[in-house]
Amino acid sequence: MSHEIKSPIPGTFYRKPSPDEPPFKAEGDAVAKGDVIGLVEVMKSFHQIQSDADGVVASFPVEDGEPVMAGQVLAVLS
Amino acid sequence: MDKLLIANRGEIAVRIIHAAQSLGLKTVQVYSAADAEMLAVKLADEAVEIGPPQAAKSYLNIDAILQAAKETGADAIHPGYGFLAENAGFAQAVADAGLIFVGPDAATIRLMGDKAAARQQASLAGVPTVPGSDGIITDMEAAAQIAEEIGFPVMIKAAAGGGGRGIRVAEDAGTFRALAAQAASEAKAAFGDGGIYIEKLIARARHVEVQVLGDGHDATHFWDRECSLQRRRQKVWEEGPSAALDEPTREALCGSAAALARKVGYKGAGTVEYLYDDTTGAFYFIEMNTRIQVEHPVTEMITGFDLVAEMIRIADGQKLRHGLTPRRGHAIEVRLNAEDPANNFMPFPGVVSGLEVPEGDGIRFDHMLYEGYAIPPFYDSLLGKLIVHGTSRADALDRLAGALAQLRIEGLATTKPLFEALLKAEDVQSNAVHTKWLEPWLETQDLTQGDEAA
Repeated sequence: MSHEIKSPIPGTFYRKPSPDEPPFKAEGDAVAKGDVIGLVEVMKSFHQIQSDADGVVASFPVEDGEPVMAGQVLAVLS
Repeated sequence: MDKLLIANRGEIAVRIIHAAQSLGLKTVQVYSAADAEMLAVKLADEAVEIGPPQAAKSYLNIDAILQAAKETGADAIHPGYGFLAENAGFAQAVADAGLIFVGPDAATIRLMGDKAAARQQASLAGVPTVPGSDGIITDMEAAAQIAEEIGFPVMIKAAAGGGGRGIRVAEDAGTFRALAAQAASEAKAAFGDGGIYIEKLIARARHVEVQVLGDGHDATHFWDRECSLQRRRQKVWEEGPSAALDEPTREALCGSAAALARKVGYKGAGTVEYLYDDTTGAFYFIEMNTRIQVEHPVTEMITGFDLVAEMIRIADGQKLRHGLTPRRGHAIEVRLNAEDPANNFMPFPGVVSGLEVPEGDGIRFDHMLYEGYAIPPFYDSLLGKLIVHGTSRADALDRLAGALAQLRIEGLATTKPLFEALLKAEDVQSNAVHTKWLEPWLETQDLTQGDEAA
């Protein structure tokens, strides 16, 4: 059973709060509903992406700093 | 100059292509992978993809831009605004590649980009600067004395801070000592540097700026613009000339900007920004922007002068053609952004499903739109600028209302409802605004979209 966290908006996906800080979540980390797993920057404004389920991060299909479309999978929970 | 490369995107790229074409130049538009469908790509004679969507890998990639110039045989580069426009390293790299940079030389960009150096140049040119400590103070006794001389209220800023962090306002000598000591110790703890500086607080300020143009030897001004309506320090509405200034003040302010441009041997189009103290009528230099600005059409409407064409001519080695330019009437520009004013100005990228551009005397719409265009989410939200020109400010306000009623951008949320609401605001009609006016006013408004959003 896996769960996908999708981006509600298009933009650029960031896994870290700022370039010098560690990622919000690493693969293997436990995640609770409401936890921030990343940011999506759209037109120079930043939006927090929160997990909509409890689980453990299995993978991040999108690299830090890469463009994403609305609806694209940002993280997979197991 | 024969072929101009445009190192930018969006509405300003379109604007530069039109100016280049009017001068008989061929054009090369560079673009990121996300911008292949943008209007400027369609309008330019040639287009070169320079990298992925992220600006850092495309529009900020100096090597890729120079490579595109080399491949296409472009002999000049226009940087537009934003991106690399005020990057001295880029201006230098363009010159080192044997190409013409449409703008001032690298040394001028560096000089005016350094706040302290620019302030010093302004002082030397006789331009008033905001009274302050002229540097960092560590001695609290000296600080108190300087504050007395400047006059209260004063702002206390941490030298190592930035972005408004750690700013305190002291209303009188009594509170100053305590606040300055607090600011210094906090700065010491946060940044390892307890230095502070002090600046006069202007409680009710207007943002007034002066358009200048220089050819490296001589410089002149093209009058002023007022941009006091700002949200999160972003201008949303610009007009000119400022209705707040009387003529002697305007002449002194505009003359001081031209003097500064002459002092630094300015080449190209630039803007000297000021704070205008609405209470005392005094004006103070803030900074100089060494680029063409978003709101340059305001000046073009009141002077009848094509500033972008002129900066290209000057870059090509031609002399400034005009002394003092007469001005006529009043112009207003509003910025149509892909943002939803009803939802805290949330960005709204999407597809333009319908477009109706306003037309008529004194109406201009500089934009990057066409029906079916998908606005990419990777860059700023500016879609276009609606500019109107009237015989007076009241006439321009009327024309703005008429032009907004004609403008339809379907499929997106835009800032159009903001301007419809602003036109109804008494303070806007009577020009009783200042730089801190818009945000509190927005708190009292319900800016729902019309029937245009999808």
